[in-house]
Amino acid sequence: MSIIKGRKLSYDYFRVDEDGKEEEKIRAVDQVDLDVKEGDFVAILGHNGSGKSTLAKHINAILLPTEGTLYVDGKDTKDESKLWEIRQSAGMVFQNPDNQIIGTIVDEDVGFGPENMGVPSEEIWERVEKSLKAVGMWEYRSHSPNKLSGGQKQRVAIAGVVAMRPKCIVLDEPTAMLDPNGRKEVIHTVQELNRKEHVTVLLITHYMEEVIEADKVIVMDQGNIVMQGTPKEIFSHVEELKKYRLDVPQATLVAHELQKKGVPLPDGILSMRELEQELERAAERNQIHGDQN
Amino acid sequence: MAIKIEHLNYVYSEGTAFEKHALKDVNLELPDGQFIGVIGHTGSGKSTLIQHLNGLLKGTSGAIYYNGKNIYEEGYDLRNLRSKVGLVFQYPEHQLFEVDVFSDVCFGPKNLGLPKEEVEKRAQEALRLVGLKEKHYRKSPFELSGGQKRRVAIAGILAMEPDVLVLDEPTAGLDPKGRDEILDQVALLHKERHITVVLVSHSMEDVARYVDRIIVMNKGQVLFDNTPREVFQHYRELESVGLAAPQVTYLMHDLKEKGWNVDPQATTVEEAAESIYAELQRRNGRQQMPQCNDMQAMRTGRLTGNTCS
Repeated sequence: MSIIKGRKLSYDYFRVDEDGKEEEKIRAVDQVDLDVKEGDFVAILGHNGSGKSTLAKHINAILLPTEGTLYVDGKDTKDESKLWEIRQSAGMVFQNPDNQIIGTIVDEDVGFGPENMGVPSEEIWERVEKSLKAVGMWEYRSHSPNKLSGGQKQRVAIAGVVAMRPKCIVLDEPTAMLDPNGRKEVIHTVQELNRKEHVTVLLITHYMEEVIEADKVIVMDQGNIVMQGTPKEIFSHVEELKKYRLDVPQATLVAHELQKKGVPLPDGILSMRELEQELERAAERNQIHGDQN
Repeated sequence: MAIKIEHLNYVYSEGTAFEKHALKDVNLELPDGQFIGVIGHTGSGKSTLIQHLNGLLKGTSGAIYYNGKNIYEEGYDLRNLRSKVGLVFQYPEHQLFEVDVFSDVCFGPKNLGLPKEEVEKRAQEALRLVGLKEKHYRKSPFELSGGQKRRVAIAGILAMEPDVLVLDEPTAGLDPKGRDEILDQVALLHKERHITVVLVSHSMEDVARYVDRIIVMNKGQVLFDNTPREVFQHYRELESVGLAAPQVTYLMHDLKEKGWNVDPQATTVEEAAESIYAELQRRNGRQQMPQCNDMQAMRTGRLTGNTCS
């Protein structure tokens, strides 16, 4: 079942001059049909300005479609009476770890969401404990968020969303400002949430390595979905991705270079481990080939 | 020799509960014309270090020499130093403030007290160097894309004609193409103008691709200082301090362990592919590699075992 269903979704930005007169209309999302299955891990790729963040902001009704409709967990995001339910179904995590945390102590920050929803206080603490444990930050519950690393702050932000028990989490470049370790921490946390808690995940990222294990990859360009498929299918198209200002994982690039030199390797190699196996296979093949002559 | 750092220490909030020894006895030489990468996890001291290079932060003890002169000496012209050592902060586009792109880039040289003609000439040259098209010159900085804004911010520093350009994570948040464009532009600048470039980065792949030398910071100290090929050999130590080697380094080491005669020091995709290809050919002896230019054959599975169309 689709937890997120968009039909001919479009969004226009208006640029206004100093007198508030409309100068220009910019279509950021253009007639997009989107389907996300419940429990899936979906990655969205696209260059700066391709419309992916605009699309993401529709999912918890920060933005409403100019044209078309979007259903989140069966609810039309245009239906104002359902706004709170929609935001509860779909939580959002942003790029900058420093401007999403409002509490002075980690557990208070995580409790803010459920408290606002009117959850009874006993249950709030239960939820706080469970979400902090889910992101591996329980030991830091009484710390000040200021003293945490970027990766830890992002995990606290994720816990804050998890405490609201959403069915779906949208993460808009959550690792862009983190160092390699922080990046690993956050992605690992998100993957665990998806696997163990079966939370549907939409991850927007510029790091191709974070996409390898997704169930589905969506590529956006100029407000349109231009490619979608499994990571293997998507990353088989090295040249096409480059056209969309994107990259492929390094393993895929090495394989692509070798293919260009005439080494018989299959398309869509994603990880170094896979490449190693394929190289060994290629070498063996050569061996047989050589022996026969 | 351009910059020499001797026994530099920096202590934050000395004497309070928050005291932190951010730099510990750092000794470095940054000769003219090098392309240097600085890596280290968040809090390792790399940003603190680069803010010392133009005297924004003053060391608690130790000395920094710029062209042989101690910048901590009384009466040293720090203003002049700041025009020679240009620092581009993280997310520099947040610091754009003028009404249009061109005026923003003019701000630096104007403040140096240069005549209007010279100011405009420099601004034009700087914008050319970062590859921003002329049609954008009169636009408000806020109308540009993230990558374009960042180029304007870098041009603002270049217009001061620095001898040393220090960039703190210039590609954070940019898409892959935007990242390549900025770094290619910086590399070109380094080549054209022979300026020293210091690049702080979280991306090991980028560092491996562009720089001649890597300085690894950890807990306020210099952990490694060598060429990328040498530094990334220590990938296990790098991991233990929250860093990593480029992914191809892992591939090459694994293949080596499995008995492949490949170059374990390869750090870029091109080097790795080259080395693996050479080994595949060696393994094949005088026998030619099966030439499979028909990739379609492989995809459709016609290529099995020893047949190759």
